[in-house]
Amino acid sequence: MAETTQIEEIKPPVTDVGVIGWLRQHLFNGLFNSIATILILGFLIKLIPQFIQWAFIDSVWFTSGQECHQAAGACWSVITQNIRFTIFGYFPYEHQWRPLVAMIILVGMLVYSREWNRWNKRLGYAWIFALLVMGLLMKGGLFGLVPVESTKWSGLPLTLLLSFFGILASYPLGVVLALGRQSQMPIIKSLCVVYIEMIRGVPLITMLFMSSVMFPLFLPEGVTIDKVLRAQAAIILFTAAYIAEVVRGGLQAMDRGQYEAAESLGLNYFQMMRMIILPQALKIVIPPTVGILISAFKDTSLVVIIALYDILNTTKSILSEPEWTGFSTEAYIFIAMIYYVCCFSMSKYSRRIEKQLEYKHTPNQE
Amino acid sequence: MSTEQTSSQSPPAEGKPIIEIIGMHKWFDDFHVLKDINLEVRPKEKIVVCGPSGSGKSTVIRCINRLEEHQRGQIIVNGTELTRDLKNIERVRTEVGMVFQHFNLFPHLTILDNLTVGPIWVRKMPKKEAEELAMHYLEIVKIPEQAQKYPGQVSGGQQQRVAIARSLCMKPKIMLFDEPTSALDPEMIKEVLDVMVDLAREGMTMIVVTHEMGFAKEVADRVIFMDYGEIVEENEPFEFFDNPQHDRTKLFLSQIL
Ligand SMILES: Nc1ncnc2c1ncn2[C@@H]1O[C@H](COP(=O)(O)OP(=O)(O)OP(=O)(O)O)[C@@H](O)[C@H]1O
Ligand SMILES: [Mg+2]
Repeated sequence: MAETTQIEEIKPPVTDVGVIGWLRQHLFNGLFNSIATILILGFLIKLIPQFIQWAFIDSVWFTSGQECHQAAGACWSVITQNIRFTIFGYFPYEHQWRPLVAMIILVGMLVYSREWNRWNKRLGYAWIFALLVMGLLMKGGLFGLVPVESTKWSGLPLTLLLSFFGILASYPLGVVLALGRQSQMPIIKSLCVVYIEMIRGVPLITMLFMSSVMFPLFLPEGVTIDKVLRAQAAIILFTAAYIAEVVRGGLQAMDRGQYEAAESLGLNYFQMMRMIILPQALKIVIPPTVGILISAFKDTSLVVIIALYDILNTTKSILSEPEWTGFSTEAYIFIAMIYYVCCFSMSKYSRRIEKQLEYKHTPNQE
Repeated sequence: MSTEQTSSQSPPAEGKPIIEIIGMHKWFDDFHVLKDINLEVRPKEKIVVCGPSGSGKSTVIRCINRLEEHQRGQIIVNGTELTRDLKNIERVRTEVGMVFQHFNLFPHLTILDNLTVGPIWVRKMPKKEAEELAMHYLEIVKIPEQAQKYPGQVSGGQQQRVAIARSLCMKPKIMLFDEPTSALDPEMIKEVLDVMVDLAREGMTMIVVTHEMGFAKEVADRVIFMDYGEIVEENEPFEFFDNPQHDRTKLFLSQIL
């Protein structure tokens, strides 16, 4: 009998291991957490069946707006019946395969580029070629493709276009600004500081507004600059200022010894930055950088203020048709899902690259 | 007698000075770190600098490749005077190698890439040739098998040897060492000192800040003692250790020996 008690003593208490242990540790550790767990469970039990009833059991999927108004559940028809306008907006109906192909190319290229070790010169050329093809598909005017005004670009392609180029151009610009802010030359330094602080003091919506309303006033008569381009420029200039501050943080985190070692090898400023400092500093700041890029992606929806039809705005204009008014929940759930997929992929993507850039620190056994 | 032995093993210093420091002063803000430093180093000469912490040893050698800027006096390295002129500074830096207390290897590059980055970008050497050169120097520091590893994967002593090889790949005329062994565990100090002794035998011009007195006795042509930003005493090693002139030197030697 003495033996059995001994064996029991060696085992951890039942309440610390297994399911019970897990529950205790994660859900019921302390009075407050226990109350929170019970309340949340209560809510979920009440809400989930209701949501399933609404979204799946009572819902209608492929009906007209009139029939929707009679249905008790969700009206997913607002999406299915209007999918082409939601996605492609005012792009000429019979040519909508063109933005579709362009988007497929973009996603394909992004998926292929997810492995860091595939980033080489050939991939660079492939990207340039892909971008040219995408531009051609959107704009037309060559090889028998009917030209399409950029004012007609709308929906998801516009959202992706604004965010992709916004990110692509604002990142290097932000890096340059960060370097400028650290410059020894007072003029360059103060220019960069003024730029960064000014942009950060102004909401994006103001910049978009200025780019579309005020900027044309300064142009000479007869000269116009494409509206999409102006919005794009505003987004780039805006995001770059935020990137710059994050990158500055990375530069400041660098050990001075790295600069000194690079300098004592005789590397000049640009070589030192390119080969030694930036690769390390930019890697440190991948997580906050991605945060900024994700919010830049979401902020593209603000172009609605200057009457560009990104995917949020095409959805809105469908909801304003009498046939489909009242189904905004369903429509916005769909839009939210699209945004979620994009943002989540971005953060996955960055974590992947961060992992691949991890340098080895295991001490060797010799 | 042992002095003769030293000079027979490593080639004697020769010719006109390769480094001239004339009446050099330096301030950090209004703190006068270096006061009237005068130093001449001839090709193939080996100089050991010692002195208490904060005496300005690092600052002197960092001025020689312009990691620090001096405010008065002249520093002439291999015929080039160090001024604000960036071209001059870069030229001097390609002639002067530097080894740091904390190695300062580039952690994001493999050991081989750490060695080739200078030759490829500064000397414009083709990649293949630079890699052969790098392997040559990795063999000299006795770690060719570590070429593909990252600095974080090898021991401190090996890292410091990589750092020495990295400097040597630039084929410098002068090597500066700032306490190269003081961040190392005792069992690794010897492997680094051995490499440095070999280098001295090859006839490299060296300025070494170190408290390794054995090393000083074995290779140094002159030992310089610094205190409070001044060169207090300067002598050939056996005289320096056996018969120090200055009270401050005596005090310092009694503390470290
Ligand atoms: N960047 C700097 N700014 C201000 N003061 C500095 C700076 N670098 C060094 N000093 C000061 O200058 C003095 C000399 O520093 P130095 O590093 O040359 O000493 P050292 O002889 O190498 O000492 P140690 O043996 O500790 O390395 C010290 O008092 C130090 O605090
Ligand atoms: Mg020092």
